[in-house]
Amino acid sequence: MVPTAYYLILAAVIFSIGALGVLVRRNALIIFMCIEMMMNAANLTFVALARHFGTLDGQIVVFLVMAIAAAEVAIGLGIVVGLVRHRDTTNVDRINLLRW
Amino acid sequence: MEWFFFALFGLAALVGSLGVVLSRNAVHSALFLLLNFAASALLFLLLGAQFLAMAQILVYAGAIVVLFIFVVMLIGNETMDDFVARERPALRLAALALVALFLAGGVYTVFFSPWGSAQGIADYGAVESVGRLLFTRYLLPFELASVILLAAMIGAIILAGRTKPPLGRPEE
Repeated sequence: MVPTAYYLILAAVIFSIGALGVLVRRNALIIFMCIEMMMNAANLTFVALARHFGTLDGQIVVFLVMAIAAAEVAIGLGIVVGLVRHRDTTNVDRINLLRW
Repeated sequence: MEWFFFALFGLAALVGSLGVVLSRNAVHSALFLLLNFAASALLFLLLGAQFLAMAQILVYAGAIVVLFIFVVMLIGNETMDDFVARERPALRLAALALVALFLAGGVYTVFFSPWGSAQGIADYGAVESVGRLLFTRYLLPFELASVILLAAMIGAIILAGRTKPPLGRPEE
């Protein structure tokens, strides 16, 4: 059996790559994908620890996170579409709506 | 055997996540994201969470990635000089350093925390046991999730639906 620590480290690496993507990319869509990826890595951690401790509660949390992720994607992509309509860009450096 | 599959799926997930960050085309990023999600689903299966693996395929691969590709097609595949601060490499170095620090902290925590030994359970993570827990102890969060999904649905329609005429104003 693969030790739980290996799953956790894999999840940490995926999470870090996602965080790096959020930091270095400018396209709002890509940033959003990276956030989803980070959530997914957190889910992997939950499932690995749920197996480690032999309880199912972690899996329930993952199920709820999936529901939240679906809601978040619907709202977030709606915002991106609205943004493109108003500013015709997805570049987050050019999104400064509060500044006249 | 588990080692082999763990290495295979873990590698696929890593390649997928790197592809999301590094590819310039948003459609390619979405497809790499699909690879990452599918590999994660297989890892869930490896961890004995059959129900979650299927839910992962349905929700992430089936709904979220499709939605991403849909939006990319809708708004046009804008190509921009995407990587931040090409003219200021110090910022990118700072980002890399921060992430490396974060990763080092995580790995340190994983390796130097006291773990109990893993305990296996028969019939673990199957649809039946997860469903029973979901409808007994976690009934309230489960119902709340449905309310959140409904709110998100309405919100998305309001955000991305037609904005002419503005909300609340009658059409001329």
